[in-house]
Amino acid sequence: MRAGVAIRGGRALDPGRGLDTVADVLIESGRIAAVGPGLAGGVDNVIDAEGLVVCPGFVDIHCHLRDPGFEQKETIETGTRAAARGGFTTVCCMPNTEPAIDSRATVEYVQRTAAAVGLARVLPIGCVSRGRHGEALAELAELAEAGVVGFSDDGNPVGDGALMRRALEYSRALGLPVIDHCEDPSLAKDGVMHEGWVATRLGLRGQPAAAEEAAVARDIALAEFTGSHVHIAHVSTRGSVDLVRAAKARGVNVTAEVTPHHLTLTHEAVGYSGGGNDGLAYDTNAKVNPPLRTPEDVEACLEGLLDGAIDAIATDHAPHAVEDKLCEFDQAAFGISGLETALGALLTLIPGSRLDLPTIVAKLTAGPVRALGLDGRGLDGLGSLSPGAPADVAVFDPEREWVVEPERFASKGRNTPLAGRTLRGQVVATICGGRIVYTLEGAGIGRT
Amino acid sequence: MSNGPRSNAGRGAGTAVKEERGVRLPPTLPPFWHRHHVLDLDDFSAEEIGLVMDTADAMKEVLSRQIARVPTLRGTTVVTLFYEASTRTRTSFELAARVLGADVMSIAASASSVQKGESLVDTVLTVQAVGADVLVMRHRYSGAPYLAARHSNLKVVNAGDGWHAHPTQALLDLFTMRSHLGDLRGRKVVIVGDITHSRVARSNMWGLTAVGARVVLCGPPTLMPVGLGGANGHEHDELALPPVEVDLDLDRAIEGADVVMALRLQLERQQAGLIPSVREYVRLYQVNPERLARAKPGALAMHPGPMNEGIEISPEVAHGVHSVIEEQVTNGVAVRMAVLYLLTNARSGAVLGAEGQP
Amino acid sequence: MPETVILTKEDMRRAIVRIAHEIVENNRGCHDLVFVGMQTRGVPLARRLSDAIAGFEREEVPVGALDIGLYRDDVPARGVAIQIKPSEIPTNIADKRVVLVDDVLYTGRSIRAALDALIDFGRPERIQLAVLVDRGHRELPIRADYVGKNIPTSRRDEVEVRFEETDGMEEAVLVSPGEE
Repeated sequence: MRAGVAIRGGRALDPGRGLDTVADVLIESGRIAAVGPGLAGGVDNVIDAEGLVVCPGFVDIHCHLRDPGFEQKETIETGTRAAARGGFTTVCCMPNTEPAIDSRATVEYVQRTAAAVGLARVLPIGCVSRGRHGEALAELAELAEAGVVGFSDDGNPVGDGALMRRALEYSRALGLPVIDHCEDPSLAKDGVMHEGWVATRLGLRGQPAAAEEAAVARDIALAEFTGSHVHIAHVSTRGSVDLVRAAKARGVNVTAEVTPHHLTLTHEAVGYSGGGNDGLAYDTNAKVNPPLRTPEDVEACLEGLLDGAIDAIATDHAPHAVEDKLCEFDQAAFGISGLETALGALLTLIPGSRLDLPTIVAKLTAGPVRALGLDGRGLDGLGSLSPGAPADVAVFDPEREWVVEPERFASKGRNTPLAGRTLRGQVVATICGGRIVYTLEGAGIGRT
Repeated sequence: MSNGPRSNAGRGAGTAVKEERGVRLPPTLPPFWHRHHVLDLDDFSAEEIGLVMDTADAMKEVLSRQIARVPTLRGTTVVTLFYEASTRTRTSFELAARVLGADVMSIAASASSVQKGESLVDTVLTVQAVGADVLVMRHRYSGAPYLAARHSNLKVVNAGDGWHAHPTQALLDLFTMRSHLGDLRGRKVVIVGDITHSRVARSNMWGLTAVGARVVLCGPPTLMPVGLGGANGHEHDELALPPVEVDLDLDRAIEGADVVMALRLQLERQQAGLIPSVREYVRLYQVNPERLARAKPGALAMHPGPMNEGIEISPEVAHGVHSVIEEQVTNGVAVRMAVLYLLTNARSGAVLGAEGQP
Repeated sequence: MPETVILTKEDMRRAIVRIAHEIVENNRGCHDLVFVGMQTRGVPLARRLSDAIAGFEREEVPVGALDIGLYRDDVPARGVAIQIKPSEIPTNIADKRVVLVDDVLYTGRSIRAALDALIDFGRPERIQLAVLVDRGHRELPIRADYVGKNIPTSRRDEVEVRFEETDGMEEAVLVSPGEE
């Protein structure tokens, strides 16, 4: 018997490398050894994947692990467990922790903790500004040495244009992008949902699409001016997609991501309670920043993914404790817990099923890796099934139906607007670094 | 009429005399009255509004008696929970409850554990635990009464939530209009002021369009919310806005109006930069005698109160022949009595069939 | 369900005239008399009594209408919601002699509610009760001072009195359910 893992007879799908065929995937010593027919013989660990899809483990370039500082919402352990359940083998965590990830010590804490838990690769994103206060630059070079993959002040925008300019200039030398949560603070002030007819209906203060677009336009102009790489986090409006598309056509070094919820839900989700006698929903689980927008915006984001204006899908996983959401809409925290529903939502809820399966997989693997340039620094081949790549693999059943039950999430965050919905498409096994880190109970997949 | 939010109501009155087996009973409530809460008028049919009006007529007669007291709600506990200070609405509800013989408890948020950070849901459950049956709630955040209704067994009456709804105010406004104008179908009602922040405007929009009136909203463009007056592509009918018109020019909008309703201008709006000055607001949007002369003769001038005389409404209009503002206050008690009565008597559904037979 | 006519139009007319005379005799005239009809069918009956008296005494006895929906004690038990109408008592009843008028007297609970309501309008000198049909089965110590006809009934029966204004005809019928 050879040591290793063989995933036998599945649809081996790596759209980033043009691979889509029924084949075995062989893993040895934590790396992809080979993809092809008849590789499973004599391997001591065989996973039967007939009828299933076998693809690179998903890479989430935007998620919130809340640890250190907000462990009641999530810890690195529960967050990476949730990632594994969702098929994500790599996550980039945002620095809005307490303390913020603005020093080597905090970066190393995150890396150490994640490694000890061992359920997913965690690549920290460092702060742009000290403490995320938006005033002075953090020590970006130290953060880069410690291993961050980019800089961001997410959930805050970098509101000050001059600070954003300096951040872009400085990060250029480090070869890392600045990731901006695009929101003009004065335009978005106190808005709790999209400013549109639904907000008028519900009597809630909204933030207009222009608040995001104004900030996107500014960041593109600064990226163009400095020649630096800016990555637009969670694009949500048609105007933003158009701006990014036009900037790319001009050769600006801009990349962009979109969340599954901005591809599947609209602002009506805040108000619609399912048509019972209950009246308006005021569903705090649909309260997110940037907010859910109009069907036209959803359509534009889908177009953007299809024509390459948007490079990647990222979950912006934002778990919260129950009490943060069980309150008046104005008071509720912003965010959707999305790691465990991403694949199912993308396969089931996209209007008109405009994204086919290979596109979805591409935008969860090769797309994010390329957008942030993650496959350097010892992770060559990340997000692919190339021989020699890290053995990060997701195995999923695209036809399997399941009901979203937040109480059974691995994440501490039960805050999803999809509770009770039936989704089609579920991860049945996840392998990270050659180790099986997750199998779905009842799916008949064996473990080591 | 389109499949609006009222599509599941309004099947017609069942007001014939019904005889339960062996027992004579006066007309039972029509089968379409099923509410356990009054949170907004958005899903009230014209028939339901008519029922509230008719019941309020009876309540008004009770208020005119020498002893204005009936035992109907004896044994029922009504709690008023007001997170925003309001003397007039709260006392109106409390009086309504007392005339009906209910026990009344009032909780002012500033005085209670709410200040100590107790969540809304916990507060409502505490109110339920001390034996309340009906909760009358006012809150500064839209949607709060829906949260209370979903997380308790109380019957909830919304006494005003954020910018969203103030259903009993709209009902008493409708009652007042009806008592002067009769059938409101086709009547032109102009609502002028800060529409964006007005729950009174929103609830009135719903009530008036339900009974077939024509609603024109008027106010400064920075205080007029998006989406009104046009068609919005929507997926769920229940969410659609009511069919109203928007006209930013008051002199034009007020032509031929049957009713002009002035909304209170919060002076903070000017501080927040939403209007350049109060002076300019007065010049463009004050309801004054010159403008009112362009309305129909006999038009009603209304205001939900409290008034800033000299700002959104001139003193001459406030106290002039067109004004029915004082009646609005009096009618408020009768209408709130009607709402409390109908809520506590909503049929549970399991007890009686559609015909009123057990 | 089968109906038996217990009072024809003529029977009703004669009973009303007789009761009118009894009321006037019992009260030694019409002075300070007020008829209060119970909604709904006590009201046309009260009007007919007043009209009859106007016929032979040449005096107008005022007629009011009383809605007892807010006073019923059986509402919660039955889970039935009552639609209420305004009462109209045209004069001040304080110190007056009120005759409460209803079409059928049965358990007596409606009359109890009516007494509560009347007291809230003022304190009459006396309250008497006139009914067209007394069908027995009292649950409270209430009795009528003036009765058109006593009809023994079973609890499963229903008694309906019909007036021109409310039903398009004048008669009283007993409705007995057949085999269940």
